[in-house]
Amino acid sequence: MTRESGAFGPFGGQFAPETLMPALAELEEAWAEAQGDPQFRAELDEMLRDYVGRETPLTHAARLSEQLGGAQIWLKREDLAHTGAHKINNALGQVLLARRMGKPRIIAETGAGQHGVATATACARFGIECIVYMGEEDVRRQALNVFRMGLLGAEVVPVKSGARTLKDAINEAIRDWVTNVRTTHYLIGSAIGPHPYPVIVRELQSCIGREARDQLHEKIGKLPDVAIACVGGGSNAIGLFHPLIDDPVRLIGVEAAGEGLDARHAATLSAGSPGVLHGTRSYVLQDEHGQITEAHSISAGLDYPGVGPEHAWLMLTERAEYVSVTDEEALDGLKLLSETEGIIPALETAHAIAYAAKIAPQMSPDETILLGLSGRGDKDVEIVRDALESREH
Amino acid sequence: MTEPGHRYREAFAASASRDDGPLVFPFLIGGFPTPEETPDLVRAAIRGGAAGFEIGVPFSDPIADGPVHQDAYTVALAAGATLDTALDAVRTARETDPDAPITLMGYLNPFLSAGSSEDSETDDPGGAVGEPLEGLAKRAAEAGADGVIVVDLPVDESDAAREVFAQHGLSLIYLLAPTSTDERIAAVANRASGFIYLVSLTGVTGARDQVAADFEAFVGRVRALTDTPLAVGFGISRREHVAEVGKLVPAAIIGSALTTTIASAPVGDRAAAVERYLEVVTGHRSEETSE
Repeated sequence: MTRESGAFGPFGGQFAPETLMPALAELEEAWAEAQGDPQFRAELDEMLRDYVGRETPLTHAARLSEQLGGAQIWLKREDLAHTGAHKINNALGQVLLARRMGKPRIIAETGAGQHGVATATACARFGIECIVYMGEEDVRRQALNVFRMGLLGAEVVPVKSGARTLKDAINEAIRDWVTNVRTTHYLIGSAIGPHPYPVIVRELQSCIGREARDQLHEKIGKLPDVAIACVGGGSNAIGLFHPLIDDPVRLIGVEAAGEGLDARHAATLSAGSPGVLHGTRSYVLQDEHGQITEAHSISAGLDYPGVGPEHAWLMLTERAEYVSVTDEEALDGLKLLSETEGIIPALETAHAIAYAAKIAPQMSPDETILLGLSGRGDKDVEIVRDALESREH
Repeated sequence: MTEPGHRYREAFAASASRDDGPLVFPFLIGGFPTPEETPDLVRAAIRGGAAGFEIGVPFSDPIADGPVHQDAYTVALAAGATLDTALDAVRTARETDPDAPITLMGYLNPFLSAGSSEDSETDDPGGAVGEPLEGLAKRAAEAGADGVIVVDLPVDESDAAREVFAQHGLSLIYLLAPTSTDERIAAVANRASGFIYLVSLTGVTGARDQVAADFEAFVGRVRALTDTPLAVGFGISRREHVAEVGKLVPAAIIGSALTTTIASAPVGDRAAAVERYLEVVTGHRSEETSE
């Protein structure tokens, strides 16, 4: 009964109220059983292939690479997965898991709305009740995704506490879970939360890195030199990194520097400190009294003052590097990819592009960058329009 | 150093010999509604019949609390409340009632920061959570606390912390919930000192109309595995709740209903409202509930 350690060195763990602890144990057991059950694997693989559209393509960004004048950039196209982002990989897997556990009700939190849409989609596919908690500020910023979730039959609950963004939506989802834990599965959308969530989400997202590794090998016969992904909670990044972890590949996670690291930002690993938030020990943004501070990013999906514990571990062990990119740089990254490749990326993803654009020119043309293109940008066009307009004035 | 939990033992023993119903421990948030008012509210609660205290440390992200406490934490933090404010409340309670068992209650992250100010800025991310709680244990013991509740530190993660607290003469007070398995109850029973905090219902803090129907069965499951005194909290707000749970356990904790009493009383009348509410809920005054 004594764990006293996270799954990731000093990070991870189960720092949750007692009411939830039996449910976490139940989840851990169900997950272990599912992992060992070929039928679960087969059902998930079939859904990923025939419903999500996996495997997703790996696209050579030839014009972007040429314009930057250095490394060849390859894009792992999670934007082409059903619902337009990597979030569906995790949502489907956990819905299948919830069915195995006999939980008739699913709750989720969402920031940008992508995880909410993915969860609502997976629940609609299996006819399961779905409630999505979303900060009131995000409901405003991502009105289209709110409407989408409604179309899919989910109930969206606006959260009015705190900064009214992702952190507060997670608080409210946890409170719902504490109250309804016997009938409800909490479908966490990122590689965060108490054990076993960070492991479950990583495993369900690892298809990104596994496919990309094979695809790149098929196309150019070697591993990438660098793998880059954006990091909020860090699910798409850990999904890309994890299958490459034993390979000689430089791993770079790109956080949101918002208005700058000396101003409002969401760069938890780059500028935060160790702490406990939402049931896990990782890095957090906090004041000297241990109160969690509000994050800021132009991208609602990165607007979170915590980060997955495995990323904290990868940083501590220096296996991965974590850097940050400002709102302004991300906007430039979004424009750059749109103009050179005809792909409008999500604002989250635009952070990874902006950093790739910084390092590619310093690399040689026979080197390769593998970039996790985590989502499409349709949901962000209004925000981008407003931001670009205000930049001109 | 004194053995952890002696004030709890004495209070429970004295109450049992008096046989006059359960002890009532009010939960007061350090710094709510303002740090300046807290000491008066503590003294008023003692006048009203408080047998001991839970002193709450506000946190920005209280995942086990309902809206009443969330809002109160926000108000307290905005008014400048810190861990020191809660420790001052502990000190006031200790000075006013030398025998009352006093428990500091909060979430892990602010508690982890309590040591770092003294241990300089060596943010060592390694190690279990026990050692970083050294600073908290020292300060809580100095203020006069008898125990600490860490809402998000389950028994599985608690051994290092329990040891650190014990070194400072403090009990780590464990929570059990109706969802706790017998295995988990046994794990808590093997470690508990002071008392065990039973969460009366599957849910967050907040007043409810009735005591949960399965509470008696829950008490029975815990009682079968431990002799440590039990206290019940979550959803207990009225005299009839206290009387009802008092038949099963020797102490009741009153949280959200008291917070609501404070929040809805006019400025200047809050201490009197706390005293009146506690008189009613402890049975020292029979009529008029102050809803």
